[in-house]
Amino acid sequence: MNGLKTGSVVFEHVRKTFGTFTAIHDLSLTIEPGTLVTLLGPSGCGKTTTLRMLAGLEHPTDGRILIGGKDVTMLPANERDVSMVFQSYALFPHMTVIENVAYGLESSGLRKTEAREKAEAGLALVGLAGFGARLPAELSGGQQQRVAVARALVLEPQVLLLDEPLSNLDARLRRRVRTEIRELQQRLGFTAVYVTHDQEEALAVSDRIVVMVEGRIAQEGPPRALYESPASSFIADFMGEANVVPCEVVGVEGAEAVVRLGALEHRVPGRAARPGPAKLAIRPNAIRLAPADDGGLKGLVRHAAYLGDHVEYEVETEVGTLYVVDPDVERSLAATTPVAIGLHNRGVAIITA
Amino acid sequence: MEHRDRRVDMALGLGLAGFVLLPWYRIDEGFYAFRWPAQFPFGAEEAPALVQMAAQGRWWLAVVAALLLAAAAVRFAAPAVSRGRLLVALGAAGMAFLVLQGFAITFGGWSWDIGEALFGPLATGQPAMGAGAVLVGLTFLFLFSAGLAEQGVMKGDFFVIAAIALLVALVAVFVFYPVLSMFVGSVQDFDGSFEPSGFMRNIRDPAIWSLDCVIGGGRCGVAWRTLWLALMTATGSTVLGLAFALVATRTRFPFKKGLRLLTVLPIITPPFVIGLALILLFGRAGVVTTFLSDLFGVEPGRWLYGLTGIWIAQMLSFTPISFLVLIGVVEGVSPSMEEASQTLRADRWRTFWHVSLPLMKPGLANAFLIGFIESMADFGNPLVLGGSHGVLSTEIFFAVVGAQTDPSRAAVLAIVLLCFTLSAFLAQRLWLTGRNFATVTGKGDGGVHPALPRPLAIGVNALVIPWTAFTLVVYGMILVGGFVNTWGLDNSLTFAHFERAFSFAFRDGSIAWTGVAWDSFWTTMMIALVAAPLTAAVGLLTAYLIVRQRFVGRNVFEFALMMSFAIPGTVIGISYIMAFNLPPLEMTGTALILIACFVFRNMPVGVRGGVAAMTQIDASLDEASLTLRASSWRTIRHVVLPLLRPAIVAALVYSFVRAITSISAVVFLVSAKYNMATAYIVGLVENGEYGVAIAYSSMLIVVMLVVIAGFQLAVGERRLRRETRIAAPAAVRPLPAETIKEKIA
Repeated sequence: MNGLKTGSVVFEHVRKTFGTFTAIHDLSLTIEPGTLVTLLGPSGCGKTTTLRMLAGLEHPTDGRILIGGKDVTMLPANERDVSMVFQSYALFPHMTVIENVAYGLESSGLRKTEAREKAEAGLALVGLAGFGARLPAELSGGQQQRVAVARALVLEPQVLLLDEPLSNLDARLRRRVRTEIRELQQRLGFTAVYVTHDQEEALAVSDRIVVMVEGRIAQEGPPRALYESPASSFIADFMGEANVVPCEVVGVEGAEAVVRLGALEHRVPGRAARPGPAKLAIRPNAIRLAPADDGGLKGLVRHAAYLGDHVEYEVETEVGTLYVVDPDVERSLAATTPVAIGLHNRGVAIITA
Repeated sequence: MEHRDRRVDMALGLGLAGFVLLPWYRIDEGFYAFRWPAQFPFGAEEAPALVQMAAQGRWWLAVVAALLLAAAAVRFAAPAVSRGRLLVALGAAGMAFLVLQGFAITFGGWSWDIGEALFGPLATGQPAMGAGAVLVGLTFLFLFSAGLAEQGVMKGDFFVIAAIALLVALVAVFVFYPVLSMFVGSVQDFDGSFEPSGFMRNIRDPAIWSLDCVIGGGRCGVAWRTLWLALMTATGSTVLGLAFALVATRTRFPFKKGLRLLTVLPIITPPFVIGLALILLFGRAGVVTTFLSDLFGVEPGRWLYGLTGIWIAQMLSFTPISFLVLIGVVEGVSPSMEEASQTLRADRWRTFWHVSLPLMKPGLANAFLIGFIESMADFGNPLVLGGSHGVLSTEIFFAVVGAQTDPSRAAVLAIVLLCFTLSAFLAQRLWLTGRNFATVTGKGDGGVHPALPRPLAIGVNALVIPWTAFTLVVYGMILVGGFVNTWGLDNSLTFAHFERAFSFAFRDGSIAWTGVAWDSFWTTMMIALVAAPLTAAVGLLTAYLIVRQRFVGRNVFEFALMMSFAIPGTVIGISYIMAFNLPPLEMTGTALILIACFVFRNMPVGVRGGVAAMTQIDASLDEASLTLRASSWRTIRHVVLPLLRPAIVAALVYSFVRAITSISAVVFLVSAKYNMATAYIVGLVENGEYGVAIAYSSMLIVVMLVVIAGFQLAVGERRLRRETRIAAPAAVRPLPAETIKEKIA
């Protein structure tokens, strides 16, 4: 299992239309070998279509797709060196677990005994040794999910595709399985393309994240860069919630910029901003609420909700209503309390786009 | 790249075999008699294309050879970029050329003058296409598909493209070509020349269109009589069907299970059997007739022979079908609607009249149209009971086999009949689209249906109970009839009829089948057994393509298939003999034509069942299989088919049973060598041998009951096992209601 070939993936100006509807507009993307890249976006953004084109389940209208340097654009799914884990797992209900895992090996022309041996090894890899004789329906959701992963992995594909692999699991299990997938990927070193609409999941597992909106790539980069330097207000809000408010860049000092937000001035990483009007993305936990006479930006608490480990506030200010998360649960501010608003250094980013 | 090379190589190999190793033309005594290898390859009839071309002056076959060689050259020499396009062009050219030469050159040489003008007269013509020609045709089709696959059409899936191309070709040859031939045949003379006078004479024939029964004293034309009968039958069977459905679902009728068994009857009853039983009851020598004439001293009448008799027989035949359709409709009305109505102060009568019934309207329209089409297409009952008052389907038959053979008249009558049924079919489609008050929703729908209003409950029971009794008597007659000497004259019991039909003896250590029925019985079984798996295969493959693949013209394809439902069997029969009696395709008098007829007549049922079953199977299972390196073919074999097993069994049973019971198309296509049971029984009836006929019919019914029960048992068992092994797989009903709804005699 350790000899997994790793492969790069290249999309070159790929376009996909369904009738008059354009699902993907001119997508170009390079995925480095051995990395786990997440396609992230709201439903209907084209991320699953992109994955299916990589699998060969859809063919692009225009453009080229290369896997491991080889043009596979017109190759049918069964002749590509990729395999896929489906959202519904798509385990064949009439075959036992071992038959499911051996299916792809037998399709590739392996002899039955050999395929069985490899399949057993694959099941052991995902911690399901000894479950081979069961039917998929006799396994729990998490176990089914691991069978689906084993079934895809035993083929030692250049690229493993995962289409929302965790969406049918409950929240607790989801966290565990995603760690398992990430560990497996890092241990075996294969390239993986992972589709999800859950930004937390994307942040947790990815080497790089590709955010897609309406058939286009909105931003691409390592998780941290996306979270800390969102390119647009959409990304800022989609990658964890953010208050996006208008501001004024009053000065640029080296790598930093000074922005003014009402009566409040604040230093942020400059991101090539030029003086003039801009937007500021502020994470809810980057806002500090203080007694009203503290100066700064004035606000009025409209609504407060106690949530155990933090309190959520809606604060009305002259730049708009801000959503605030305050870890200080001891001090609970009631509605209609006037407050002064300050900002932490982290969690505030200027948006030029 | 090896996949694409291998399939082109295989296609070319097929082409070579077809051109060099098999007789190019049709062998008169039959290919499967396998007497042709003795004369191969130099017999005039048996020679392959190569010899035909070189030694027998059939130079046009050189074009086929040239196209095949060109394909081979493209396979090895063309650059990958243009290879696909070239293969598509060559494949299309090959198919087009084969069709063209088949029509252009027949027995006597050129069939159109333009050929002679261009290429000069031919020394020799050619007979119909044979095994070699068919194989080469397939080769071109495969080359065409391989070319498309290389261009990335249908995601480069050769199997899917080839399957679509093959199905389109088959449907074109076996459904559309015959119907077209019939249209052409209506304006042709015996020798094939254009002669519209027969068409003009027949289309204006007062015997077809006269309205004398309305405005004068005479009789109406056969078209109007058929229409009138169809309207009456549709109305009657819909009302009765609704009554049955209401009794079965909304009352505390004690024998509901038994009522539902009625719905199996029309599937296993050969269509003329009801008419036959009615003759035994109400004919001039019938039991009831003689009893009444003895009692009251009245002269036995002939009232049964004519529209009245046909109407009663059709009502008996089609009410169960209507019942089956309407059970679903009545059960589909959401109880919460009716409960809502009741909470709004409506009494039971008002609820039924203003809520339940309007919600059932689309279903009622559907049942009405099915009854209409069934009645139009019915051939068996009018043949047995029609007497001199024929309907369109029987008139067509007599125009072909009667004293004055008039193919043009048969074609015109068939066209009229086709117009009626197709209009009904289109009306049904138009009416039903967007008008479906889909009251069965995914949400759990609690509540109970209110009881029927009292007067209505009494009314439906008053309809249902006598009618059920009547049906039972009729079927009783069928089962008992075979054991009675001569109905009306000598009611003593006897085995004579069964002996005459099914006797056998042991002679010289082997069984001698001495009964008169065995011949046609074994032929029927053989043909049904061959046709059933083919029907299921073609039907389910089509269903797979329709549900799982997106391709240009898919909707048209599906619609055309479903439309072939509405083509009455008589029309199919007449169109088959018109299409397949002369080159390029000659099949009359063979078993092949019977098999083709069954496959393409019953295929739509397989398609329906397959579509219903396949939509319940998650498409990602197929996709998973594809990404696991399996080809489409492997996917179908290992994933789709195992999950479709119940639908397969249903399609098999249905096509087997239908091949045994159908008569309308068969009666045109049987020959002395290949006679079918139903055609043989009709012959018996025409000779007045009612006893043997009914004995044979009851035997058929018993055989089919055994077959259905056997299959049902097998399916039931399998489903049980699946349910115990797997929590909740999509359970597919063995015979989906829609399947039987679409049954058309």
